[in-house]
Amino acid sequence: MTSVAPFLIFFVGGALAAVTTGRLRQAVLLGTPVLGAVNLYHLPEGTSGFLELFDYTLVLVRVDNLSLVFGYVFHLAALLGAIYALHVRDGVQHVAGTLYAGSSIGALFSGDLLTLFVFWELTAITSVFLILARRTDRAQATAIRYLAIQVLSGLLLLAGILIWTSHTGSITFDYIGIDAPGGWLILLAFGIKSAFPLLHNWLTDAYPEATPTGTIFLSAFTTKLAVYTLARGYPGTEILVYIGATMTMFPIFYAVIENDLRRVLSYSLINQVGFMVTGIGIGTELAINGAAAHAFVHIIYKALLFMSMGAVLDRVGKIDGSELGGLYKSMPITAVFCIIGAASISAFPLFSGFIAKSMVLAAAIEEGYPIVWLFLLFASAGVFHHSGIKIPYFAFFAHDSGIRVKEARPNMLVAMFLAAFLCIFIGVYPWPLYRILPFPVDYHPYTVSHVLVQCQLLFFSALAFVFLQLTKLYPPELPGINIDSEWIYRRFLPHAARYLLDQAHILGVRLERGIRQGLAAWMGRVFHLHGPQGVLARTWQTGSTVLMVVLLFAVVLVFSYI
Amino acid sequence: MNENGKSYIFDNPRNVKALIYALYVLCATLLVLDFFVHRHVEHPWESWFGFYGIYGFVCCTFLVLAATAMRKVVQRKEDYYDD
Repeated sequence: MTSVAPFLIFFVGGALAAVTTGRLRQAVLLGTPVLGAVNLYHLPEGTSGFLELFDYTLVLVRVDNLSLVFGYVFHLAALLGAIYALHVRDGVQHVAGTLYAGSSIGALFSGDLLTLFVFWELTAITSVFLILARRTDRAQATAIRYLAIQVLSGLLLLAGILIWTSHTGSITFDYIGIDAPGGWLILLAFGIKSAFPLLHNWLTDAYPEATPTGTIFLSAFTTKLAVYTLARGYPGTEILVYIGATMTMFPIFYAVIENDLRRVLSYSLINQVGFMVTGIGIGTELAINGAAAHAFVHIIYKALLFMSMGAVLDRVGKIDGSELGGLYKSMPITAVFCIIGAASISAFPLFSGFIAKSMVLAAAIEEGYPIVWLFLLFASAGVFHHSGIKIPYFAFFAHDSGIRVKEARPNMLVAMFLAAFLCIFIGVYPWPLYRILPFPVDYHPYTVSHVLVQCQLLFFSALAFVFLQLTKLYPPELPGINIDSEWIYRRFLPHAARYLLDQAHILGVRLERGIRQGLAAWMGRVFHLHGPQGVLARTWQTGSTVLMVVLLFAVVLVFSYI
Repeated sequence: MNENGKSYIFDNPRNVKALIYALYVLCATLLVLDFFVHRHVEHPWESWFGFYGIYGFVCCTFLVLAATAMRKVVQRKEDYYDD
């Protein structure tokens, strides 16, 4: 069977979705990722799809152990997203979602940096419509910020590529490292998309503002594409260990106090990507396998969690923890799916997180990062706390908000069922996943020790939650926003600019006044000397003039004798 | 009982209590198992009795208390950025 470049199928699918409606469009939307997956399965390993551009050869498709595992899960995410969004009538979202998936897959399989750059920017341009499609003023403002930051990441990437290529003469995308020319710029570009600390706020700003269905696509692709590029270009870069550990830590504090439950999940997404970044930084086979396996299972359970919250938003119209509660009564199936997603992200035994996350932790301790390991363990407990308990608890349980709605739409339930099934299947039977990881796997998740310690960690964390609830120490869900690094560009810089403009204006006014006063004073002085009554304008008597001339001669005479 | 005359599992406080007691029993069992199961450890800290349970409990409590304190500093009204 002949195969084509994987992104092409999605681009054609997106174009077809734009010109079709109704059932036909639904068939296109579902058919695209399925056809894509079949094509991917038959795609030969190695490089293909060459294009000549000036002196360079672009490589559109590179299939190897690293890109393939991400490729499979990207197709899976595209299918889950398509099923979940099937009821949506807004064509823009369908076209954007399909093209966004295609762009991400194009970037993933690109064998050279220029192709990567083109798809890198395309992911930004296509995905922004998933935010704009919410059609609120807030979403529009968010979308512009999102696009600006994403495009900036692309520009940094381009600058880095130009420096790198001018030094090495090659555009092949392989190991780069931070010591390479342009290496820091490219790392920064990857870092923006993988939500490095302080560069992360676009994510928690934008994802909760997208449409209920759009967030499913957003949560899957951009950050995991960035994780893949880090694994490709910067494996074993030690600074990533610390960056990743920071990423696992700080978002969990925000997640505890955040009220918008989809924003809680966005913070939790950064925490999860932190584990992957740490794994890439450690860089051993176990750690890279761990990062890839974690990315794979994470995409599925994070999509499941976002789907359950999207279903709540779709039915209730609100997603703030302070306004929800008791929804298990009217959305019991969604509640069960949400709990399965929560158990998976928390890494309970028999759920998918358990067989993946622990690989990075094991690698951290093996490679002599005990402090980092403690951080990751803290973050694991924290994940359970906010994603595992807080999300299902405040949406579906807690105090009954009195809201009674219909169960989620059938297509949403189907998508959630598939994701939930995969979460459990991979958790129980991880070997198919282990087989497609970049390196041979010599790791056994189900040892007595591992199951016991994980249960101890999680159930005692649950105990802490109960303890804090019973003693009323647990902070109530409150409406409000929490300032984060976006404060710099949403508040500080605009205010600083306004202040500087105001100061410049005041200075201008003062300067003008000063010049006017100075001129007036000078004119007054001129008038004083030369005006009708001025000393220099007076007519002199002949005698005094003669005296002046004589004096002048005397001076000349004296000087000529000296 | 709610307005439809239908009662749900957690409307009854006894069910909530039962769930919490089940958690207590589970935690106690897991802790006791530490005496009997020889855990495979990579790092000496891991071999301390009840390390994972205590660490999880302490971390989560610290996390919530620290986040609550942090909220006083970072929380603003919802229209903070809108002006």
